[in-house]
Amino acid sequence: MSFATALFEHDFLRVVALAALIAAVSGGVVGTIVVTRRLAFLAGGIAHATLGGMGVAQWAGLDPLGGATVAAVMAALLIGIAAHSGHEREDMLIGAIWAIGMAVGLIAIAHTPGYQTDLMTYLLGNLLMVTAQDVAVMAGLMAFVLALLFLFWRPVVATMFDDEFATTRGLPTLAIQLAVLVAIALVVVVLLRAVGLVLVMALLTLPTATAGVFTHTLGRLMAASAVAALLAMWLGLEMALRTDSPTGASIVLSAAMLYVAALSYRRLRQTRNRSQDQHRNIRLQTHNQ
Amino acid sequence: MTPAPALEFSHVGFSYGTAPTLEDVSLRVGAGEFWALIGPNGGGKSTLLKLALGLLVSDSGEIRIFGKPPAEARARVGYVPQFATFPRDFPLAVEQVVLQGRLDSRNWWHPMRKGDHAAIRTALDRVGVADLVARPIGSLSGGQLQRVMIARALVADPTLLLLDEPTAHVDTDAETSFFDLLAGLRNSMAIVMVSHDVGLVSRHVDHIACLKRTLVWHGAAPLTEGILAQLYGASARLVDHRLTETS
Repeated sequence: MSFATALFEHDFLRVVALAALIAAVSGGVVGTIVVTRRLAFLAGGIAHATLGGMGVAQWAGLDPLGGATVAAVMAALLIGIAAHSGHEREDMLIGAIWAIGMAVGLIAIAHTPGYQTDLMTYLLGNLLMVTAQDVAVMAGLMAFVLALLFLFWRPVVATMFDDEFATTRGLPTLAIQLAVLVAIALVVVVLLRAVGLVLVMALLTLPTATAGVFTHTLGRLMAASAVAALLAMWLGLEMALRTDSPTGASIVLSAAMLYVAALSYRRLRQTRNRSQDQHRNIRLQTHNQ
Repeated sequence: MTPAPALEFSHVGFSYGTAPTLEDVSLRVGAGEFWALIGPNGGGKSTLLKLALGLLVSDSGEIRIFGKPPAEARARVGYVPQFATFPRDFPLAVEQVVLQGRLDSRNWWHPMRKGDHAAIRTALDRVGVADLVARPIGSLSGGQLQRVMIARALVADPTLLLLDEPTAHVDTDAETSFFDLLAGLRNSMAIVMVSHDVGLVSRHVDHIACLKRTLVWHGAAPLTEGILAQLYGASARLVDHRLTETS
């Protein structure tokens, strides 16, 4: 059974499809920022730190996704402010927050009575288990991030490109940089349900890398990344359903296959252009003789 | 009352840590003057520009830009940074880069306005690269990118233009036409340019300030070898208008 036909037969799959759409669009848009600003390690640190928030929230009987949101935003602000003050090395700090967040989460989960299976869901995600309430949270986070980017597009781009120059134009660049980090943190939370915290980095990098083969301006790159992420989600869900595999891993492998396909296409295009150039040169030379 | 000078430093001191980077620097750049700021690496040239831009705050002394503190005068100042401050492969077209110069502290959240396209076109025309408007910045040569950076500074109609090592990544032919370009701008604005290439600047600018932690010398161009020796050590010589250091 294909995912498309199953979509009409099972109501819960419509919720899954909606979650996939939200994850793909927000992941593609913010992934473009992550890739162009080379923030993949930072995104990975935030993603893993969310385990602390989810563990503590579950231990206290609260919504894990809410805990993840608080942990992600705290991690992002901590890294951003400390990096700005210049007292600590950014990569060291990210590594520390990555590990501390996971340690807090593991201890909290160990002290929570009941099923321990949730840990694997957090780590590896399961798009098929997503609830309507999850989708509402994801949609709210995406709407907030997209509205932020839309309203402050020019100052955000200027600050991402050259924060020193943006400061000389009077922009509040520290606030803008922190807001961008918070946006990354919120989208990490959106992606958690889809692929789990271990694989979030893949959805923030592979679709943009794929899109980069076809387009080269920031806005188009974001749109193309969202399309590539959506394609990876669909292929991944197909693969998961047909082979009875975990959804998160299937989506990530689909995203990777799309990237390899895009790279092959670029190689093919370059070789063809080169051989056309050679033909033209040979023709010109014979013509000149 | 005479108009306030474009840039005025009075006994300015600054340090990043314990050792002072700048000590007791006093400098006055009048409206419409063309200055070169020269000196050895680590002599504090870029630091001085960053103080003038309000990117850094001085420890002592007073800085005035058109009579105001640097942070309040930003709308009148254009800045051309060194190349290293942004990634060359950033996915933006020339137009979007120049547009950044149109941002200011009052209207920074606005989307692109009606006048923006025309202003960008005019600024690119002034530096002679209007045909590059749609090109991705990653595809530009060093000289072309340099002109785009100047257009980004000019698009806000500054009356003081600050340039940090603008010719460091430009070949010699482009350097000469680059100075012609600056010469064309100097009627409408004061220009202060940081440079390490003493021989080249001394033929084009009308005032030179030599900075080595403090202001070693300043005055009308060109430079003499005596000043150079004071600045770089006795081994420095002006050979064919270029500074060489013999070991």
